[in-house]
Amino acid sequence: MIKGNVNIDAKICKGCELCIIACPQDALALSSHFNDKGYRYVELIYNVCTGCTNCALVCPEAAITVYRQAKPAKKEKVSTE
Amino acid sequence: MSEKLYLEEPEVELEEVYCRPTEALYDIPFHYCPGCGHSVVHRLLMEVVEELGIQEETIGVAPVGCSVFAYHYMNVDMQEAAHGRASAVATGIKRVLPDKYVFTYQGDGDLAAIGTAETIHTVNRGENILMVFINNGIYGMTGGQMAPTTLPGQVTSTSPYGRDVSMVGAPLKMTELIANLPGAYYVTRQSVHNPNAVRKLKKALTKSFQYQKLKKGTCFVEVVSNCPSGWKMTPVESIKYIEEYMFPLYPVGDIKVPKE
Ligand SMILES: Cc1ncc(C[n+]2csc(CCOP(=O)(O)OP(=O)(O)O)c2C)c(N)n1
Ligand code: SF4
Ligand code: SF4
Repeated sequence: MIKGNVNIDAKICKGCELCIIACPQDALALSSHFNDKGYRYVELIYNVCTGCTNCALVCPEAAITVYRQAKPAKKEKVSTE
Repeated sequence: MSEKLYLEEPEVELEEVYCRPTEALYDIPFHYCPGCGHSVVHRLLMEVVEELGIQEETIGVAPVGCSVFAYHYMNVDMQEAAHGRASAVATGIKRVLPDKYVFTYQGDGDLAAIGTAETIHTVNRGENILMVFINNGIYGMTGGQMAPTTLPGQVTSTSPYGRDVSMVGAPLKMTELIANLPGAYYVTRQSVHNPNAVRKLKKALTKSFQYQKLKKGTCFVEVVSNCPSGWKMTPVESIKYIEEYMFPLYPVGDIKVPKE
């Protein structure tokens, strides 16, 4: 499976949960902690992110940066070197 | 360009595939309520402007409504207009500076209530601008009053028993209405309720900016959006409400596309 990761800016997250329902891997959840604004922010709870960018697309705060495994072709080239 | 980041297994190298626009969108938090579609559309507009490389040539006109401070977030030249008059102001800007990319950003109270005359006449004249119409079915900023776009039976602060169509009329489908005008070049209704809708909306906005070069008429993009605060719902509930109640009346899709 393609590996991905997300970086969620907890400072600006408003805990709206729209990313949670957009994630096909159910990898996101609200934290039990609050940020400075008093919102429960979102965290990646399972390491199953595929880097599909769905969460970042619906995030109203533009708080999510998404990372994905480099393209396989590129990777093979690296490994044969 | 892309930052590199590693998971626990160090052999998997990750590259950045999405991050918020860094040039066209100021790095400050939005003032909108949690889950509000306004922020998504602000971001998308600026993503498109950045990707098309037209930041220096773009002029936006902000409305009155929750998005009155659009210019706090959009790092392009912006002008504030009186309530409902954004498309008239944009007309002036475009006529003086015909080679700039000019857009208006308006809510339904702004574009389809107090600004009805300006909207219809702008499109009828076929002004070469893009009008972005955020339809959340309510006056968000002033406390959730009924808008012309409010659904039949929908409870708002000025329709506490639900919108009574026999008294105040049926919801005004502005987008279908202006699509009939000869000045309309590209008219579409999109949404922001899920990731695919966001992808499609971005495509529609990109096309609209590109069409502006052709000088063939007005591009009009309605966005079926939400107002969790005005609707008195959680953001997640508001998404369900869009799907269940807004879409039957406001179906997404292109309404008028240019003949190739
Ligand atoms: C001339 C004038 N009339 C009325 C108002 C009050 N007013 C401010 S915002 C607004 C409605 C905004 O609703 P909408 O355009 O749907 O935007 P939203 O807040 O829902 O994004 C009204 C009636 C005003 N500011 N100016
Ligand atoms: S969509 Fe954005 S603001 Fe909403 S909970 Fe997720 S990260 Fe936070
Ligand atoms: S009142 Fe409604 S439209 Fe205004 S910011 Fe809040 S959710 Fe958005």
